[in-house]
Amino acid sequence: MDRNEAFAKLTDNVVEVLAVEPSTVTMEANFFDDLGADSLDLVELVMALEETFNVEVGEEELKDISTVGAAFELIYAKL
Amino acid sequence: MSRHVIVTGASRGIGAAIAQHFIDLGDNVVGMSRSGTAPAGCVRSFAVDVSNSASVNEAVKASIEELGPVEVCVVNAGVTRDGLAMRMTDEQWREVMATDLDGAFYTARATMASMVRNRQGSIIFIGSISPFIGVPGQANYGAAKAGLVGLARSLAQEVASRSITVNVVAPGLIETDMTSDLGPSKDQMMALIPMGRIGQPSDIAGVVGFLASNHARYITGAVIASDGGLALGH
Repeated sequence: MDRNEAFAKLTDNVVEVLAVEPSTVTMEANFFDDLGADSLDLVELVMALEETFNVEVGEEELKDISTVGAAFELIYAKL
Repeated sequence: MSRHVIVTGASRGIGAAIAQHFIDLGDNVVGMSRSGTAPAGCVRSFAVDVSNSASVNEAVKASIEELGPVEVCVVNAGVTRDGLAMRMTDEQWREVMATDLDGAFYTARATMASMVRNRQGSIIFIGSISPFIGVPGQANYGAAKAGLVGLARSLAQEVASRSITVNVVAPGLIETDMTSDLGPSKDQMMALIPMGRIGQPSDIAGVVGFLASNHARYITGAVIASDGGLALGH
């Protein structure tokens, strides 16, 4: 899967879970500050991404994830 | 509107009465138990070992695939292995903790995700007044049932923002298979019950039904005793 395709799928998940406009889902967007997510949202998002991309994300890996870009790189590296 | 209701320990006693209560309300009730038996009106029943998280996850996943998001989860499966603490075996301790506390966590965890996504739901744990009054011979049971309160309250905080309520019903002495062989201590307890009678499974089912209903939408993290006054004041 190429980066654009993967980012499109990730955007779909983010839009669905956080109920935000697709245009706000940029690599630099901060989940909490820019996209209005709380910790429960992030859990939901990770579960959705795990399902979409058929990967597993450990709790320790989530610690430093605060931006869309960080989440994307984490997921993409597992593909 | 028929809700997707899961009840563990639905084969008999309080669990069966709870399942029947929701069946009578017209809900889609899924009964889970070790044997797989559940009241006839259940739309589905699963044989589940709640102390095994994989068993729980599998059953809940299948239930969700068939019936959609879980709307009510009644965590009722529980066992006793009474014995005075100094002579209680590791096994007696472990079995009760595994079914009554571990199993409760596994069940709640498995159903939470769909409730969170659906932004509604109700989780009800069936606890006991045992840890509140202290019962000799129930170090394991009391610990596990007390644990349910801590578990329920933590979960209540986690999912409150999604309008999901998490509460505990604490039955007193209820006439079921579990209490049928209590022996002399049962008579002692009966004498202490202010309302002068042993409880029936239906005395618990109605409370659970209430907590799952719209009437209780603002109640979360609560422990409601249904005990004829036995733990009154605790």
